[in-house]
Amino acid sequence: MKRFLAAAFASAFLAFAPQVQAQTPPNILVVGQIAEPKSLDPHAVTAVNDFRILVNIYDGLVRYKDGTLEVEPSLAESWTISEDGKTYTFKLREGVKFHDGSPFNAEAVKFNFDRMLNEENPYHDTGPFPLAFFFSTVEEVVVDDENTVTFNLSAPYAPFLSNLAYPTGLIVSPEAVKQYGKDFGRHPSGTGAYKFAEWQANAKVVAVRNDDYWDGAPELEAVIYRPITDANTRIAEMLSGGLDVMVEVPPDSLQQFKDDSTFQVLEQAGPHVWFLILNAREAPFDIKAARQAANYAINKKALVENILQGTAEVAAGPTPPAFAWAYNESLEPYPYDPEKAKELLKEAEYNGEEITFYVTEGGSGMLDPIAMGTAIQADLQAVGMKVKIETYEWNTFLGKVNPGLQGKAAMAEMAWMTNDPDTLPFLALRTEAMPEQGGFNSGYYSNAKVDELLEKAREETDQAERAKLYKEMQDIVHEDAPWVFVANWKQNAVTKASVEDFKLQPSFFLMLQDVKKPQ
Amino acid sequence: MAAYIAKRLLAAIPVLFGLTIIVFLIMAMIPGDPATAILGSYATPENVAKLNRDLGLDKTLFEQYVIWIGNLFQGDLGRSYTLNRPVLDEVMERFSATLILAGTSLVLCSIFGLLAGIVSAVRQYGWADKIITLLVLIGISTPSFWLGLLLILVFAVNLRLFPASGMYAIYGGGDLADLIHHLTLPALTLSVVATGVIARLTRTAMLEVLRQDYIRTARAKGLSERKVIYKHAFKSALVGVVPVIGIQAGFVIGGAVYIETVFQWPGIGSMLVTAISTRDLLLVQGGVLVVAAAYVLFNLLADVVQTILDPRLR
Repeated sequence: MKRFLAAAFASAFLAFAPQVQAQTPPNILVVGQIAEPKSLDPHAVTAVNDFRILVNIYDGLVRYKDGTLEVEPSLAESWTISEDGKTYTFKLREGVKFHDGSPFNAEAVKFNFDRMLNEENPYHDTGPFPLAFFFSTVEEVVVDDENTVTFNLSAPYAPFLSNLAYPTGLIVSPEAVKQYGKDFGRHPSGTGAYKFAEWQANAKVVAVRNDDYWDGAPELEAVIYRPITDANTRIAEMLSGGLDVMVEVPPDSLQQFKDDSTFQVLEQAGPHVWFLILNAREAPFDIKAARQAANYAINKKALVENILQGTAEVAAGPTPPAFAWAYNESLEPYPYDPEKAKELLKEAEYNGEEITFYVTEGGSGMLDPIAMGTAIQADLQAVGMKVKIETYEWNTFLGKVNPGLQGKAAMAEMAWMTNDPDTLPFLALRTEAMPEQGGFNSGYYSNAKVDELLEKAREETDQAERAKLYKEMQDIVHEDAPWVFVANWKQNAVTKASVEDFKLQPSFFLMLQDVKKPQ
Repeated sequence: MAAYIAKRLLAAIPVLFGLTIIVFLIMAMIPGDPATAILGSYATPENVAKLNRDLGLDKTLFEQYVIWIGNLFQGDLGRSYTLNRPVLDEVMERFSATLILAGTSLVLCSIFGLLAGIVSAVRQYGWADKIITLLVLIGISTPSFWLGLLLILVFAVNLRLFPASGMYAIYGGGDLADLIHHLTLPALTLSVVATGVIARLTRTAMLEVLRQDYIRTARAKGLSERKVIYKHAFKSALVGVVPVIGIQAGFVIGGAVYIETVFQWPGIGSMLVTAISTRDLLLVQGGVLVVAAAYVLFNLLADVVQTILDPRLR
């Protein structure tokens, strides 16, 4: 018996041991994702992790120009905007077909937005569509002819084009939606550079080259997305050769890859800002001097260098520098100056009472929230502020922060990633965006001038004019300090050295149309 | 025997029923909801309310439960909020992966555990016993997620003998050899603790049996030592060990939650972890129900085997 088992075990081991880990084959790119996608219906999802797949399977009417957050033509060849900023007319690219063979035309565009926005639409129940409010100003989509489509907005809305470039604006095949109904998200069909081929639950999503791609077929034969939720396992898989590309490398491991010439490490700042919401409705942060004091007291450089290990940069204001055209270059981050902070606290007549600080355990874009929270607590303690941390799991945390901090906490961690400079300040810094009115201004900041600038910027369709308004807004918000501006995250990725022309985009999307991997 | 099995199966129904109520209540008690999880930073009260309405979550808990139970009787476990897919499809796909992993581990831990226990008992206080006892102690006290990472580091990253994660090769493969290749590390990791438990128990049971009079009689009769140990002693010892293997089946499925996450095994454990953090009630409910049913079945199976082994229990 014993001898038999030993023999069986030895032969089993010999049978599999020589089967050395297969390298990923040439012309097939294996991408390590942080989680399984929720759905491959671009209108039904909200996570960057899903967007990384979707932008390769679908196109929108417009897209972000390579390396920027500026909009360029995609499925629409050109467009005109009416004088009053309420009518957008798009001339569509001709001869484009969806992967299922059905034609892309004005009717298809109308179908996409009707499905998302019109509760009466027979296919509205294939949702829900959580980000449909991106297009809530769209009153009506009109088919002018086969290749011309007009959007009538209820009010001028400058971020409209950049929202169209967001994955929520990607165009899906109406025929596929009609065929699969609620299961469309598992049988996606778009016009993109890669066609969906296969999805194995929690194992892989495969997309193959679209030879008829209107913008030139990609060189890669296929892209395989693998969800690997555990960061350590993801790193091990990268090191053992099972992945060609890995996104969101933990700061601790980045150096290891940088030191190894068989890998290349890429970094790219994006439209992300990590900040602390200060409760401006209650003491002590109802006084500007106290809010500024917090900005001076926290050593942001140390946070970014020591905790985030260089994977982020110090933020100067509410708008991330990735929005190059709208970013106020003259803004300087609050320097680390504990003495100045103490003076300002005295001026604000802060008497050392204990304040509550909401910290989260994790969450989208939150980086290393517990370590950051603890370091911030220590910095504030050093200038005489008594800070009590309350830590919550992300979901619970949002349930506490989004309804407003009043009566609960003086400050809270938060991070946002957006696609337009309008989004975050409009939703989180206006008087009318207080939680009572359905907005995200959980710290109750209110400045009439900021309100006016943001309203105006939203209606201004000229980019240069809009930029001026945003820059002025940033100056005021910087001075008023409704938040502690902490960090702008740089996304990172590691690829095998054999992967060519791989780039990260400021949008945080993973555009793989031009990537090559000949071996 | 058939009447006994039928009785046991019927008794499982109220257990499973009660379990679904408990899961429903626990999920209702923990803060947060699927709409907030889906919307993330965009979770305004207004957006949350709209999404809840679209998801059918604006009904009372009681109504939701009644609807769920009603659908259950028609074989419908509902639709996952976050995966936008029927719960039954997802749960079945995931559970078959868990069954392969947990089943293999259970076989491994039974073989190694019983073998180690027997050797250890037969060579009591000898060097083999000492080494086995030490290994068992180490095995029982090693956190399995850590062991998993260690095995990945050694066998996948450094030696490149086994893949670091997944169930099948990402390209090509898909046959049995490929599966076993991927299964080796997670199955070994998962079986370590249970092996230790079974080994310890087998050792004790064997020692007890070996001291019995009938063993002395068997030896006196001149039976070979092998026959005495495997035919006479082991069979009796097994009666006490089998129910423990049944219980270990439950622990192995529970342990799969960590191991599946570490090895990215597409099983039901890793599914439940995600489902809980996104408050996907129906997915949690469906997953727990299947796992609990499996646990009940494993225990029943162990009891049946025990009855077959021990005529006194019939």
